Amino acid sequence: MLITCPYCGPRDVIEFTYQGDGNRERPQPASQDLDAWNAYVYDRLNPAGDHNEIWQHSGGCRAHLRVVRNTLTHDISSVAFARGDHKAAARHKAEGKS
Amino acid sequence: MVERQSPIELAPLEPELRIGSHGDFEHGIDVILSETRPGSILQLAAWPGQEKKLISGIRTVTGLALPDGAGAGSTDGVRSVFGFAPGKFTVVDEAEGLASAFANVVTPDIGTVTDLSHGRTAIRIAGPKAEWVLAKLFAIDFALPAFPVGAGRSTMHHDVFAQIQRTGADQFDVYVFRSFARSFWKALCHASEEVGYEVQ
Ligand SMILES: [Zn+2]
Repeated sequence: MLITCPYCGPRDVIEFTYQGDGNRERPQPASQDLDAWNAYVYDRLNPAGDHNEIWQHSGGCRAHLRVVRNTLTHDISSVAFARGDHKAAARHKAEGKS
Repeated sequence: MVERQSPIELAPLEPELRIGSHGDFEHGIDVILSETRPGSILQLAAWPGQEKKLISGIRTVTGLALPDGAGAGSTDGVRSVFGFAPGKFTVVDEAEGLASAFANVVTPDIGTVTDLSHGRTAIRIAGPKAEWVLAKLFAIDFALPAFPVGAGRSTMHHDVFAQIQRTGADQFDVYVFRSFARSFWKALCHASEEVGYEVQ
């Protein structure tokens, strides 16, 4: 599986670290809403298809990335910097192949 | 790396750095390996929105203009610079003291300067088979159109992080953690055996 890092270009998946489900929304640290914390920790969409994920290019530029990966085919349809202000640094557009 | 102060303190590669020709050199020497031992190796990082100011600061101090684009860089043979991550750059100088030259230029509102001179070892591989040998160690494209002269890449070899700058059509400088440098050097020597290599 290749992930096309917006900074580094296409790299083997071995250079990346999975940082978890990209659909979760972390409650405010002071929140005492137990249902919200429970959902954050345990609830997963677990789709058979496109899935929003957070990856880090830990063996490269170390940027955190928003990746859309198909859980059935491993096709990667989109990769973007998790940090919006890194947009200007992008050189590589995500390719539809994995 | 900074010159050693006494003969007792060995450079990190020294027990494994054997000057001379090795491997299949009888059929020609196709790569030359050396430790370049720069006096200064710095990592510069810009705060969000301050990247252009940092790049102009690099030009002020080193005289090197950074081309546009991710991983772009340049070298004049004495000083080198390349991007290795969004808003982050490695700057290298043969001379010591580069960090203090940046102190008044890269102010705290622009970004940070981290002196890694003692934390990285710089290894140069040059020659017609340099691309071939490196391609055995790193899963990136070393062909000239994909990796132009001056450009830098962040990658890793067996989980050891490495920054690679192309400093010539057939020459690359590899920056590795100093504590892993001897291990990486041995792997590089083994990978070079089949093409014949000389250590300088
Ligand atoms: Zn990257």
